[in-house]
Amino acid sequence: MNIIDWLSRPWPWYVAGPLIGLMVPALLLMGNKTFGISSSLRHICAACIPSKIPFFQYDWKKEAWNLFFVGGVLLGGLLVVLLLQNPQPVQVNPKLAAELSGYGISNYNGMVPIELFNWNTLLSAKGLIMMVGGGFLVGFGTRYAGGCTSGHAIMGLSNLQWPSLVATISFMAGGFLVANFVLPYILNL
Amino acid sequence: MTTIKEKKHHDFLTGNTDFEVRSLDAESVNESALNDSGWSFFKYLVAGILFGVILVKSEVISWFRIQEMFRLQSFHMFGVIGSAVVVGIISVWLIKKFKLKTIHGEPIELMNKKFHNGTIYGGLLFGFGWAITGACPGPLFAQIGTGATVIIVTLLSAIAGTWVYGRVKSHLPH
Repeated sequence: MNIIDWLSRPWPWYVAGPLIGLMVPALLLMGNKTFGISSSLRHICAACIPSKIPFFQYDWKKEAWNLFFVGGVLLGGLLVVLLLQNPQPVQVNPKLAAELSGYGISNYNGMVPIELFNWNTLLSAKGLIMMVGGGFLVGFGTRYAGGCTSGHAIMGLSNLQWPSLVATISFMAGGFLVANFVLPYILNL
Repeated sequence: MTTIKEKKHHDFLTGNTDFEVRSLDAESVNESALNDSGWSFFKYLVAGILFGVILVKSEVISWFRIQEMFRLQSFHMFGVIGSAVVVGIISVWLIKKFKLKTIHGEPIELMNKKFHNGTIYGGLLFGFGWAITGACPGPLFAQIGTGATVIIVTLLSAIAGTWVYGRVKSHLPH
C-alpha cells in the first residue's frame, strides 16, 4: 500500500487531535501568534468595510498573518481534493443516517450534504436559514464570545483560561439545543 | 535575569495601547513587535495549508460529524478536540517552563482571556450557528476549498455577522 492511499483514508481522532494541538506551539514559536481563526473575519471587516466603527479601527496589516493562515486552510481543503481524496463517503452512525434519510438527505460524498447546501436551494426558506442565517450566527456569535473553537476551545484551554472553558461549554450547549430541538423543524421546511 | 530583548518586548506589550484595546475582545492579537512581511508570511500560509489538510482528513469539517457530535452519537469529535487540548496544554506548559523563544528570538508571552457575559451569550449564538452550518470559522474556509462553493455565501454572511457585532457592540450586554 503506498503512502498516498494510506493518507487518503480518514484520519482517526488520535492522529488528527494531537496534530491540531501542535498548531498552538507551532504558531507561538513561529512568531508569537496565538492560534485563532475567527479574528480573520474581523480583520476582513477592518480591511474592507471599517465604516468608522471603533471596533474595526486598528492596524489590521499587523494581523495579516492570520489572513495568510486562513488562505492556507482554504488551499489545504483544495489540496485534499486534488491529492488525498477519500473515495468512500463519510461513515456516520446508522441512527443519524436513519434520521437524515427522513429529511431526504442521502448523499454522504461531500463535507456538507449537497441536498441542503447548493446554489439552487440558497434562496429557499431552508437555504436562507441554513446558509445565510447560520453563517451570520457563526460570525456574530464568535466575535461576541471573543473566539471560536480554535481561539477558545483549543488555544484558550491550552493556556488554562477559565473564560475559554465557559465559552466552550456555551458553544456545546448552544449546538446541542439547536441540533436536537430546532434543526428538525428547519430540515422539515 | 531579563535580557534587553525581553525588556523591549515587554515594553512593547505594555506600551502598546492599541494592543490593549483590541485584546479586550480579540482572541488573536499580534504579540510580536516585529513586523511580518514577504517571506515571513509564507510560513503562516504553509501552517494554514497543513491545518486545512488535517481538518478535512479528520472530517471535523463534515456537517455530518458535527451532527453526530451534538447528538452524542460518536466519540470522534470529542476525541479530536480533547486530544488537541491535552497536547496544547502540555505544549504551552513546556514553553512557559523552559521560557522558550520564537525562532526570531522574542520571548513568548501569553495574554489572559477576559471574561464578560458576552462569552456566554455569544458562545450560545455561535453554538446555534455551528449546529446549523456544521462549521466554525476555520472549517468554512476548508469547506470552500473542497469545492463546496456555495459556502462562500455562508462565509460572507459570517463576515457580515462580525461587522454587525462591531456596529451594535456598545448596545449589547457584556
